[in-house]
Amino acid sequence: MAGEKSVAFVAEQQIPPSPPPVRTGGALGWARDNLFSGVFNSVATLLSLAFVAYILAMVVPWLFIDSVWNASSLQGCREVDDGACLAVINERFLQFVFGFYPEELRWRPILAFVLLFVAIWPALFSSAPRKLLIFSALYPLLAYWLIWGGSLWGPVGAVVGIAIGWACIRFLPPLLARGRLDEGLAFLAAVGAGILGAALWWLFCVIAFEEALSTVLAISLEPVESARLGGFLLSTIIGVSGIAGSLPIGIVLALGRQSNLILIKGVCVGFIEFIRGVPLITLLFVAWLLLSYFLPPGTEFDLILRVVIMVTAFASAYMAEVIRGGLAGLPRGQYEAADSLGLDYWKSMRLIVLPQALKISIPGIVNTFIGLFKDTTLVIIIGLLDPVGLLQPIRADQNWNGIVWELYGFIALFFFIFCFAMSRYSMYLERNLDVGHR
Amino acid sequence: MTAATERDEERRAMTASGEVAIEIAGMNKWFGDFHVLRDINLTVYRGERIVVCGPSGSGKSTLIRCINALENHQAGRIVVEGTELSSDIKNIDRIRSEVGMCFQHFNLFPHLSVIENCTLAPIWVRREPKKEAEDRARYFLERVKIGDQALKYPGQLSGGQQQRVAIARSLCMQPRIMLFDEPTSALDPEMIKEVLDVMVDLAESGMTMLVVSHEMGFARQVAHRIIFMDEGQIVEQNEPEAFFNNPQSERTKLFLSQILSH
Repeated sequence: MAGEKSVAFVAEQQIPPSPPPVRTGGALGWARDNLFSGVFNSVATLLSLAFVAYILAMVVPWLFIDSVWNASSLQGCREVDDGACLAVINERFLQFVFGFYPEELRWRPILAFVLLFVAIWPALFSSAPRKLLIFSALYPLLAYWLIWGGSLWGPVGAVVGIAIGWACIRFLPPLLARGRLDEGLAFLAAVGAGILGAALWWLFCVIAFEEALSTVLAISLEPVESARLGGFLLSTIIGVSGIAGSLPIGIVLALGRQSNLILIKGVCVGFIEFIRGVPLITLLFVAWLLLSYFLPPGTEFDLILRVVIMVTAFASAYMAEVIRGGLAGLPRGQYEAADSLGLDYWKSMRLIVLPQALKISIPGIVNTFIGLFKDTTLVIIIGLLDPVGLLQPIRADQNWNGIVWELYGFIALFFFIFCFAMSRYSMYLERNLDVGHR
Repeated sequence: MTAATERDEERRAMTASGEVAIEIAGMNKWFGDFHVLRDINLTVYRGERIVVCGPSGSGKSTLIRCINALENHQAGRIVVEGTELSSDIKNIDRIRSEVGMCFQHFNLFPHLSVIENCTLAPIWVRREPKKEAEDRARYFLERVKIGDQALKYPGQLSGGQQQRVAIARSLCMQPRIMLFDEPTSALDPEMIKEVLDVMVDLAESGMTMLVVSHEMGFARQVAHRIIFMDEGQIVEQNEPEAFFNNPQSERTKLFLSQILSH
């Protein structure tokens, strides 16, 4: 047919790569593309701008221009100006931070807080010197001693208990296996022995250990009662302990839930389902009231410690399920490749499975952390004076009666800073761990 | 003497030597109620190269996965380099350190660089010094012609390159036997050749190899023996020339006519 061309085609040359087209118009062009690309978008942009301006017009004068920093009561504030009465925060700031911690000893929690950053540095950033991890491992002991005071040998004794448990789990299985016990059973027996050994040590030997060493070498700080802890100090103690404890416990629970050993699996599933099925407030009540019935009479078991244990258990159950999601997200081939190379269970978990599963789980893990940190305000229910708990006496104070926004806003700001930092860190971590595109 | 008959001579010599690498006797396996492997008897001699073929679902992958205990068999025995596979974890570990495996989907560790993939098992399982493990990894990466990519991550490599890294990773454990589970099935045609070239090179070095594959050209070129499986049993096995030119069973003839006609 006339005009029909042949389909045959041969490229005459290789087309060289060229740079992409330049974006036109700088800021104006960007605004046109993103904010005013059509009638609907333009209207939406203008309405949003108006809304933001309206909010700022109310908040900025109230918070920055008409606010009062120095007054001794709400009346005093109002006589000066009609903005935010920040004088209340000015006056009660130290109480918000430390609760009723003795004034002359406040350097101790401050030091503990500063050292906290040193301790978490190597955990958060791989560029930090690895040797610091030893300090991180010892930090809980140090922080406990700094905040609560007392003899150094008490916390050391507690750590010795953990060491006893660890040694049982580490060294007993080969010994038991030599006695022709099945390997799985030997391991279970060793775990049992470890827990029992540690418990016996804590119940019967720690006090003697502490007293004996104190007579030899007395290192002690002035003790501070738990009842005097409060404010952000308390929130941070509970939150940080819960976060630091729930991740490893959650990992163990998640692995246990996948185990082939019925006993281990049963214990883990039972723990997770029970703890998840109960409101945190119930657990806190158990920690506060019921636990005293179960413990031997006369046992002194610190309330904050009990709360920390409950909060950690609660977060661990959620953490376990988050991590189980990550474990399930790994292709089976990864397990098989690890097996075929001869890696044993613990090595394949540590080197192959967990690094990948945890990476997948980062958003969920940080979500749980943030939830846990905010949940620490629930301790107000059992009478602990966290920042929200400190609000009630302040608002009941005749001088500050009627103040709402300033106080709650201040507490909100504190929580926002912590939670936002965690959120940003998780995004940094995800970016950092993202190698190659799968 | 043609290459094929030379290979037949080689095979007879191996058989005569009686040096057994893998012995499978009366092995049976079920997935639930499904009888996936039926009375498998197979003796692999040291240095022998066997290609296992058959339609999908015939149990050929399951067979080689039983050899390094990625799957458990329920009846019969498997002896690898003198160690019998049982539920004893020590035996399984010993066998796995003698047997390397390559998977259809490579299964590289995406969070580790190429060189870390290769040194992980030598360092953590064999407790070799890092330097030594790295030197050997570089040697094998060089041998699979991928030495310049050592610091990249698997996600940055093509499929063919990834499979070659996977082969190098297995070789770093210095196995006596290599298992290949459809190593080229997930690759583009252009990449198949680069992987097969590496496998031919490995074959020439005298490695004992069990290869599940549909690459009949490769089978013709390097195999000492070809095994055809269907419905969980070994239907036919023979030397390559005889297998392709003169198949005995009807099922084999049908299979060959289908895969060789396209």
